Formats: sequence, structure tokens, C-alpha cells
Amino acid sequence: MLLQTTITGLAIGGIYALMAVGYSLVFSVLNFSNFAHGSVIMLGAYAGYFVLTKAGASFPVALAGSMLAGVILGVTNERLAYRPLRVRNARPLYFMISAMGVAIFLENLVYATLGAHFYSYPEVLGRSIVRLGGASIGILDLFALAFSSVAITGLHFFLHNTKSGLAIRACSFDMTVASLFGVRIDRIVGLVFALAGALAGLSGIFLGMKYMAYPTMGWITNKAYVAAVIGGLGSLPGAVIGGIVLGLLETFVSVYISSIIRDVFSFSALVLVLLAMPNGLMGRYVEEKI
Amino acid sequence: MYIQGVLTVAMINIISTTGLAVFTGFTGLFSLGHAAFMAVGAYTSAILTYFVKAPYPVALLTGVLASSVLAVLVGYPTLRTRLRGDYFAIATIGMGEATRVILENLKITQGARGLPGISQYTTLPVAGAAAAIVLVLARNMLASVYGRNAVSVREDAVAAEMSGIHLLRTRMISLVFSAGCAGLAGGLYAHYLAFIQPVMFTMVQSTQITAAVVCGGTGSLTGPALAAFVFTVAPELLRAAQMWRLVIYGLMLVLIMVFRPQGLMGYRDLSWQGLCSLAARLRKGVRHAKG
Repeated sequence: MLLQTTITGLAIGGIYALMAVGYSLVFSVLNFSNFAHGSVIMLGAYAGYFVLTKAGASFPVALAGSMLAGVILGVTNERLAYRPLRVRNARPLYFMISAMGVAIFLENLVYATLGAHFYSYPEVLGRSIVRLGGASIGILDLFALAFSSVAITGLHFFLHNTKSGLAIRACSFDMTVASLFGVRIDRIVGLVFALAGALAGLSGIFLGMKYMAYPTMGWITNKAYVAAVIGGLGSLPGAVIGGIVLGLLETFVSVYISSIIRDVFSFSALVLVLLAMPNGLMGRYVEEKI
Repeated sequence: MYIQGVLTVAMINIISTTGLAVFTGFTGLFSLGHAAFMAVGAYTSAILTYFVKAPYPVALLTGVLASSVLAVLVGYPTLRTRLRGDYFAIATIGMGEATRVILENLKITQGARGLPGISQYTTLPVAGAAAAIVLVLARNMLASVYGRNAVSVREDAVAAEMSGIHLLRTRMISLVFSAGCAGLAGGLYAHYLAFIQPVMFTMVQSTQITAAVVCGGTGSLTGPALAAFVFTVAPELLRAAQMWRLVIYGLMLVLIMVFRPQGLMGYRDLSWQGLCSLAARLRKGVRHAKG
């Protein structure tokens, strides 16, 4: 039972981590909470569903399709809703309001056009179960865990071993100085949103397979923000740890206490972590420089 | 009767919007879950009048107190960090969900079915008077030392802190005021509808309050109040567009941030003096045109 719960928790935590990393990546560069990230995840889940059913494509094609949809949405979102603010050097509060506007717009647009019903994914990966030392694990959970680890490792490799990755890291320290060294800020910000969008598409298709696709999926993606804060805003290792901690906590609470009050627990965990460590588990202490 | 009802709801929305205008517009912090404060105010006051038969004003004030306490509990750990308001904004998402879950599972709130048969104490004069009191209170508070501190925190938190302003205290006062307003609005709402249910206080409600503040103008009190009024009355006139209302709110938030971030009435307020000078300017313009 213990092993079973741990593995289920890890699988959910993996998806949370994947969502939180995309959100934290944008935060580390642009320093604002991109609340539209959840809507991109939601639309990624829809894109995956439609590619699978309407086009009758196979799972890898659907995966690519939802990642592509995430990339397009993320980049368009940045172009239309954030770039004009960035050019004007607007306050972070304005970015947050704009992001929230995008989230409300997309979520309700889906409501108004596709309706509120749940689209359940066809069985692509099957419901087969792997037995491992007395615990039975769904193949979907295994795939989710595998794909999130690969994606996060890939992102880490990209950030630390390529020129563009170096530019992104430089921008997260200081955008003005980075641009003085010849980094093209517009292109790097576009790249950051493309990467975040791809991660969003990937997490979207797995969330969709696990919980179906519906307009208010955003409620699950909100957990990604909570996970990122627990781990420390703007820190990618923090986002991973926060996601896994939250996933494990929620699974253990639902199994051993009650699944109804699960969300109350995750919220209290957030408040307690912030009380003890004001910058999250891994956050750097970001004081504003003058 | 119907018009009276719409106006009463408009007054109630003006109260909650004024609270958020102080928090977002003047202190520069963001909340995604003000509906939770409304819910706490609504349930506290409704339980008091329904089960305890407490007098209405006492119940309302207890509701205000309860949401202020919740604000302190959520605000203290999250506003403590100097790193802007992101932690608080994200904590409010969690707070909204946690509040709903608790309300749906407590015995005294009768779960998701809601509380029916609350006495209908809120009439248009009651709501109107409450709105007027809140607006005057907010104006006086913003004209005080405290209000100037809040504005300086919004403009530049580091500079404000260096001039000796206590960041946490200023932000907390602003939060408690705005949560208190939301609690009052919730209490009035419960005793107007005579029925409350946890699903009434969701993201939709929070969104409407935020949209009113942003459209009305950050740094203005009358702008958001006006916007709250329009946002309550307009959907009544355009029933067909009900489904698209939130789509439009979302689009409006983005468009305003992109094209006119100060909102309808950014940094200005309607006042008698202002109207007089506007009239004078118009007259001058006419004279110029003639000359």
C-alpha cells in the first residue's frame, strides 16, 4: 500500500513538476506570474484529443500535435499580450493582470464554443498494469513519469549546454546586461515561451489522458503554481521538488485521510512552507537591486 | 421591483469593488480570490441571523471581522516577503479552493446544498447607505498618512521602505480593509438573495471584481465604482450575451493592459471640483473656438 501510494504520488507529482517548470521558466526570465500557462495546458489537452480522435493519428503524432499547439499558443500569447507591455517597461502587476485576462479569455472561449462537456481520451496506452513488488502501477502513470523526467532532463541539458540556453540563463539574471552583450531579447523571450508552451502541451496531453479534457482543467493546473511557490518561485529545481512534494502529499492525504479535504491540505502546506521559509524550499532570496 | 433588485446588487458590487480598488489600485497587489472573503462574510453573517437570530448589524459586522481574520491568516505569511505580490496572488487561488471545500463539507453550512431561508434584510436603502459609507471611508483612508504610504508602496516598494514605511504593515492594513469590504458585501448579498451556496463564490465572482477595478482605473475610487455599476447592469440588458460575458471580461483585461493600462479613470477621481473645472475648460474651449 505504501509503495503503491508513493508511486501514484510520484506520477502525479511528475505532471505537477512538468507544469511548474514551464511556469517557473517564464517567471525566472520575465519576473511575473504567467497565469495563462494553465490555459495553454488546457488547450494542449484539447489539441491532443482532437488529433487522436478526429485525425485518427497515433499517440506520438498526438503528442507532437499538442506540443506544437502549446508552442504556437505560448508564442502568440507573448506577442499579443506581453510584448507591448515589455516594450513599455510596464510594472509586473500589469503583466499579471494581462496574463489573468488571457487565462479567463481562453477558458471561457472554450466554454462558449466547445461547451462544458468532458472529452475523454480513447485508450491509447491501454489500461494494462505493471506489477512491481506487490504494487500495481498503471502503464499511464509510468509513461507520465518517464516523459516528464525526460522532458525536464532535456530542458536542463538545453539550458546548460547550448548557446541559447546560456542566453536564457543570462536573461534571468539581468536582461539589460544580457542585451548589452548582444543577446536578442525578443528572440530569447520568444524561445522561453516556446519552451514553456512545449512543456505545457506535454503536460496537457497527460492530464487529458488521466482526467479527460474540459474547460475548467485550469483548476488542476493551479496546483502547478502552488508547487512552484512551495519549491521557490523562479527556481527550476525548486519547481521539480515542489511538484513532487505536492503530488506525494496529495496522494498520501487522499489515501490515508480523506480525498475531500486534499486541497485544504495542499493549501495549508503552502502557507506553512511560506511561514517557515519565506522564499520556498529552493528559492534564492531575491532582493531588489538599486 | 426588478430594477430595485438590480440596483441593490449593483450597490453590493460597488462595496466589494471599492475594497479591491484600495488593494490593487492603490497598494499595487493582486488577488485572485476575493470571492472567498465574500463567502466567509456571507456565511458568517447568515449563520448568525439564521441559527442564532442575532440582530442584522451585529451579524454583518461579525462577517466583516471573520473575513478580516482570514485575510490576516493568509496575508501574513505571503506578504512578508519583499518579492512583490506573487506569493499572495497564488495563495489566494489556494484559499479560494480551500474555502469552497470547507464550506461544502461543514455541517453548519449545510454543504453544497446551501443555506435557504435567510431573512431578507437587505433593501436598496440599506445597500446604498453601506456603499456610501464604504466609499467615504475609503476616500478618507486614502487621504490619510496611511493612504499616502500605500500609494508610495505601489509606486516603488524599495524607495518607500527606505523612507521608513513599514511595507508589511501598510500592505496588511490595505488587505484587511479590502477583505472587510468583501465580507460586508458578502453579508449584504446573503441577506438580499435569502439563499447562499458555495458555488456562488467562485472565480467568476472574483474575476468580475478584478475586471471592474482594472477597467475603472487603478488609482481611482470612483472609476471602479462606476465600472462595478456598469458591469452589474449591462449583463442584465444583454441577456443573450451571458455566455460570452467572461470571454469579453478576459479580452477587456488584456486590451486595457495593452492600450490603456491606467484604465478608464486612471489616477483621477470624479469630484465636484473636477466637474467644475471640466465645465470651465469646455467653456474656454468654446470661447477659443469662437475667437
